[in-house]
Amino acid sequence: MVAMDSTGTIPLTAREAGLIGCTRCGLAQDVNDRCVRCGSRLQSRMAMSQQRVWAWLAAGIITYIPANIYPMLITRALLHEQENTIVGGVVELAQHGSYGIAAIILVASVGIPLGKFAAIAALAIGVSRGGRLDPHGRLRLFEVVEFIGRWSMVDVFVVAILAALVQLNTLASIHPGPAAVTFALSVIFTMLAAQSFDPRQIWDQKKREPN
Amino acid sequence: MHTEQNLMACPRCDALYRMPPLPEKTQAVCQRCSTVLATSRTDAAARVLALALTAMLLMLAALFFPFIGIRIGQTTNDTSVFGAIMAFADNRLFPVAVFMAALIILAPLLRALALIYALLPMVARRRPYVHAQSALRLAAALKPWSMTEVFIVGVAVSMVKIGGIASISFGPAFWAFTFLVVVTVVKDSLICEWSLWTALEQSR
Repeated sequence: MVAMDSTGTIPLTAREAGLIGCTRCGLAQDVNDRCVRCGSRLQSRMAMSQQRVWAWLAAGIITYIPANIYPMLITRALLHEQENTIVGGVVELAQHGSYGIAAIILVASVGIPLGKFAAIAALAIGVSRGGRLDPHGRLRLFEVVEFIGRWSMVDVFVVAILAALVQLNTLASIHPGPAAVTFALSVIFTMLAAQSFDPRQIWDQKKREPN
Repeated sequence: MHTEQNLMACPRCDALYRMPPLPEKTQAVCQRCSTVLATSRTDAAARVLALALTAMLLMLAALFFPFIGIRIGQTTNDTSVFGAIMAFADNRLFPVAVFMAALIILAPLLRALALIYALLPMVARRRPYVHAQSALRLAAALKPWSMTEVFIVGVAVSMVKIGGIASISFGPAFWAFTFLVVVTVVKDSLICEWSLWTALEQSR
């Protein structure tokens, strides 16, 4: 670790110094159009961040509802056809004794999405009204949401692989159901919501609180 | 232009630093929010380039070779990665096939290509190609969308799901793809945006 050369115990921010920090390459500069080093659009704070977060989050929640109502997986065996929703699939796995896999799917497809909705909403509310968590906790929460977002895609990939593999003519075949589409959309919208959040706002707030 | 070359703002909390030239194998960490600001490693650009080339070749190999096969009694079926994606295509769920192709194949492949394009001249000590900046920006923007690791976990889960009823065989593409995931993880751990961008600027 290298001790950073900063101005005091609480570091001065680029904004306070009249500069804009590039979020891509990190260069702090006094131009305000495009970064002189990497060419990214420069914004001291992401414009309309709050509105974009709420809009993508709403889209993510709305598409998550049909993802739980419609079947994710349609299994056709010799004479019968079975449709499984996300939760139905988990229950079936558990009944067959595969508790580990049931837990993975339950966490990835139900726990993580719901947790992400709550976390993103909490972060957005925290920026406008202040939250119970301190800035460090909120940044940690944001990083977890950002890291974990893509892993919700696991279930969609499982459906795709099963559907591609299990095509054994009359014996058995598996097909993706409509929930696979809305679930994939929900994951993507939630990722976009997280990307629209500007973590630098977390720290601005601290300054405004009377102390 | 009065922009100093070594002023860095933390991308996560906007704290301002004057970044010293980092000694080998050190990390600069933000005092306020503990975000890793920069990492210095010997020949990072050359290593990232080599891994990106490897990733590209592995992806091409993984695409069309048999990926996984199953057998129940006398009935067999196998699929390539491409086949898994096309599972959605015949079902009125075609948009999902496009999404999947974008996340599993297109984004990782494009990302590897963009890194190669931006870093090759730099490693060869020449002037960068035109739009090298755009290529390096594209590579960074694609990072959250390239989901090879997630896909391989999906493969593991589906193998457990059908392992009880069918016997499974792994084709060459499976091993290529698994190796691709390892290469990608190592490559991403070597990428330090601050160092790469500084180096690219100096090579202009």
